[in-house]
Amino acid sequence: MRRSRSKSPSLDEARLRQQAIGVKLRQMFDEVVNEPVPDEFLSILRRADETRAGVKK
Amino acid sequence: MGQGRRSEPQSHDRDEAFRLQLETLIPHLRAFARTLCGDPTAADDLAQDAMLKAWDARGSFEMGTNMKAWTFMILRNQFYSEKRRSWRQTQLDQEAAERTLVAVDDPEAPVALDELRMGLGMLPPEQREALILVGAGGFAYEEAAAICDCAVGTVKSRVSRARRALQGILESGSYRRDGSSASEAMATILADAERLSQVK
Repeated sequence: MRRSRSKSPSLDEARLRQQAIGVKLRQMFDEVVNEPVPDEFLSILRRADETRAGVKK
Repeated sequence: MGQGRRSEPQSHDRDEAFRLQLETLIPHLRAFARTLCGDPTAADDLAQDAMLKAWDARGSFEMGTNMKAWTFMILRNQFYSEKRRSWRQTQLDQEAAERTLVAVDDPEAPVALDELRMGLGMLPPEQREALILVGAGGFAYEEAAAICDCAVGTVKSRVSRARRALQGILESGSYRRDGSSASEAMATILADAERLSQVK
């Protein structure tokens, strides 16, 4: 059994804080990833695709 | 005849596969653009430009390789070639930070996220993007290095400097948010992280 007590609690504390910031960073990023994509994006891409195919409408 | 032309149906199928894969990346492009621009409207413009650039350059993409990293590279190049000056201006512009705050629609969103955004806004751009790519975008150091066109070691050191700086900013309250103390912000982040890790 390892002793859980660390020699430098401030290092552990710093690591904990870094982990917390990491969780937040991902949350911030994922919030936008999970937003519904505005229709504009898909319509722009479809239009570009149709232009290529010469199916202009 | 090395670079022989593909027959029509083949290239059509390839384009179709490319487009479908590109569509799945739109949410990620939007998220990355948001971290670069701050302002959601400008970010969506950037993400749309990058998406179209990627589409136009589809012939140079090797199917089966990492399309996410490839499109992020395009988006980043687009950002720096066209918006470098505007970013330099907004970088130290408190108003830009305020706009980012206002852009958060959800009134229930924890305050710490706002502070994190403002803290990110204070980092040098190259540190911020490295941290975002590795810390939030899920890229390996090697992939982030390819996206940022720099050495792997450079990415590593940028990420670690960014982490330290961000922690310092959040703890010292130098993001100048009125009325809330720095330790409060860090405490909220810690509490939220704990809550999230328990949920999952």
